[in-house]
Amino acid sequence: MLPVTGSGAPPVAGPAMLSVSGLGKSFPGVRALDGVDFTARAGEVHALIGENGAGKSTLIKVLTGVYKAGEGEVRYDGSAVRFATPLQAQHAGISTIYQEVNLVPLMSVARNLFLGREPRGRLGLIDFRRMHREAQEALRGLGVRVDVRRPLRELGVGAQQMVALARAVSVDARVVIMDEPTSSLEPREVATLFGVIRMLRGRGIAVIYVSHRLDELYEVCDTVTVLRDGKAVHTGPIAELDRLRLVALMLGREIGDVREEGLTKFSGNHDTEAQPVLEATGLTVRHQLDGVSLTIRPGEVVGLGGLLGSGRSETAKAIAGALPPDSGRVVIAGVPVRTGSTPAAIRAGVSLLPEDRKAEGIVPGLSVRENIALAALPGLSRFGLVDEARIDRVVDTFMKRLRIKASGPHQKVGELSGGNQQKVLLARWLAMNPKVLLLDEPTRGIDVGAKAEVQKLIDELADDGLGVLLISSDMEELIEGSDRVVVLKDGAVVEELTGDAVTEDRLMRAIAAAPAAQATTPATSGGDDD
Amino acid sequence: MTDIGLGGRTRLDRDRLLRLLQDYGVHLGVAVLLLVNIAITPHFLSAENFRTQAVQVAPVLIVALGMALAIGSEGVDLSVGSVMALSTSLLSLYLGYGMWIALLVAVLGGAAVGVANGALIAYIGVQPIVATLALMVAGRGLAQVLLPQLKDVHDPTMASLGSGDLLGIPYLVLIAVALALLVAFVVRRTTFGRQLLAIGDSRPAAKLAGLPVRRVLILVYVCSGALAAIAGVLATARLTASDPTSLGNLMELSAITAVVVGGTPLSGGRVRIGGTVAGAVLIQLLTATLIKHDLPPSWTQIAQAVVIILAVYAARERGRR
Repeated sequence: MLPVTGSGAPPVAGPAMLSVSGLGKSFPGVRALDGVDFTARAGEVHALIGENGAGKSTLIKVLTGVYKAGEGEVRYDGSAVRFATPLQAQHAGISTIYQEVNLVPLMSVARNLFLGREPRGRLGLIDFRRMHREAQEALRGLGVRVDVRRPLRELGVGAQQMVALARAVSVDARVVIMDEPTSSLEPREVATLFGVIRMLRGRGIAVIYVSHRLDELYEVCDTVTVLRDGKAVHTGPIAELDRLRLVALMLGREIGDVREEGLTKFSGNHDTEAQPVLEATGLTVRHQLDGVSLTIRPGEVVGLGGLLGSGRSETAKAIAGALPPDSGRVVIAGVPVRTGSTPAAIRAGVSLLPEDRKAEGIVPGLSVRENIALAALPGLSRFGLVDEARIDRVVDTFMKRLRIKASGPHQKVGELSGGNQQKVLLARWLAMNPKVLLLDEPTRGIDVGAKAEVQKLIDELADDGLGVLLISSDMEELIEGSDRVVVLKDGAVVEELTGDAVTEDRLMRAIAAAPAAQATTPATSGGDDD
Repeated sequence: MTDIGLGGRTRLDRDRLLRLLQDYGVHLGVAVLLLVNIAITPHFLSAENFRTQAVQVAPVLIVALGMALAIGSEGVDLSVGSVMALSTSLLSLYLGYGMWIALLVAVLGGAAVGVANGALIAYIGVQPIVATLALMVAGRGLAQVLLPQLKDVHDPTMASLGSGDLLGIPYLVLIAVALALLVAFVVRRTTFGRQLLAIGDSRPAAKLAGLPVRRVLILVYVCSGALAAIAGVLATARLTASDPTSLGNLMELSAITAVVVGGTPLSGGRVRIGGTVAGAVLIQLLTATLIKHDLPPSWTQIAQAVVIILAVYAARERGRR
């Protein structure tokens, strides 16, 4: 087969190289994969996409021997296989490049490239000269010029990723799996990567490509499989699937599907003409945010839309001071705030409900009472001594107002349900009298009843004059809860939907839109939203 | 818990029993040891004996109080033994200026080591075990440079501090009790105490909640350093000699033992001062019992090891909850 260059017609796909059929995998409480069929063919670049929790990672881990298949069959090169360990899969010819580089940072570049298969001289000792020469050649082939004797960690993340790529390519792989390989690459490196992918395809290798960047998928992939909620909902040539349809499949939405309002607990709009309570301009974080600007007026709920990895959480964190931006300004109620400092942002009136409630939100071992009082503690103390009576009053007020269900204020927060944990966090911030609430996935992982209640609370808070930023992967919630939606893509604002334009349809179109000028696409993107 | 199936009740009871044992096991241990000793050890039930035991446990206990704070913040302070040595050196050097000045210098020296520990941990992000290990080595070295060899301390006030008493209770014991009460108060009633526990339980959450994480961590190690320095001063007073080479040797391990046996989890987020006191007393009684029955010191170590393993086992059960 001749090497194919360019993104033109895909080559005639070869025989199935790595496939699964009827694959199921369960974890306690979660059905991660449910009857998935997936086939990667020789000489084909196969895109694997899906939102959070769709099952991509699980599928890859089964393919590479990290997890065992629950039900169903894995076939490799024509015969059924069961890889007991990742090493077995590697020896069989399945090479994986993970998002986080999995190399040994203290060893030299060359040693990393040849780890476990070093060229040997007489006496079985490592032939360093040969190893260095071959490493240099392998990397030059990828357009990377570095001293291969240097420790790997001295290289930039992009260059490290290229070393990982060189390693994957130089072993005799027949299947190469790439998990978000471009998340930390510069545009030039991305171009090199795509060149390598096409070369691999030309050699008849099956490439499985995981990414959230639609532009890349259309540029380099032949086939696409969309996973949603553990099921493969679509497989087919990517050229036959338009972007909008692809986004709709990922999000599980129908295009043009006009929904009636009232499915969520959000009520009407809060449009106001007041001065903005939050003005963020040009927030930029290398590889994560690219000049994000947005404003929120008091009493307004602004939604932040976009796919996984588009920089939603990063935007919220940058505003809240938890992610120091390289540049950009944050102004709260007309007063500039020092960026990169959580205490400064909090003093100015910014409160963040983080996405990872369990790890970054609650303090699980402390009581409901202590958790609510945590941020406001200095204000509830005199000369460093805690004023217990005042804390009791505050805690009592908010437990009633937010209808927190606990056996009492002294119950440990770790024992509460997700919805009540979220309410405790809300109470913690409301006790600070904030001006702006940043809510990152406020209803994820909490049950339906509590979800409606939290949504209603958000509404009430906006009515009380708070500026709210709402991040949600739940389309319905985002559309119905927001007065405006700012759409992010690859770390930059691509569109702002206002008024009647706040519809699922418009949102999906904005997410799916191809970049205006292909050549100048900034190579920034969010890290994983997780 | 909605476990109302068959046998659910008995499991609940067992859980509760286990938790009670975890929380009060150390007190139970102390009680058992006391009873056993009263039964089998001659002359155990005498004021003189209790006095001796209490005086011996006081320095360990004071060091353990600071250690409890460090462990509660999900850290540890290995430099406490060296801080004791440093404080005895400083005390001996500055005694010429009067006891109170010497005392102040010694405690400030301990606090300074704490600042260094805290700064390494909070600002540079060195792991507590490594940062305090560095200060453990450096502190002992500095102590020996300041005072190369053992030196007798001839100061009447120091001597009375070491062996005097008030209404029959030695000053050492009174000071230890007062410090334990003070630290318990700090943990329970001050913003610093609350913030310390939150940081120990979940550092990311504490950070996002805007707590002054660095300031709190530095203060934790300053407290630990100052308490260790006080322990060093009291030990010097009792021995009426400064010995920077051996004073406080392995003290960090005794202190960690007392804290862990007392039920403060190494994973942070919880500080049990009452348990720490009981832990220190338990180890002291255990050692005393074995010595009084003429068992070789190696037996003491083995017994300590068994107690530590039991405590860690209990902590593991707790961690699972």
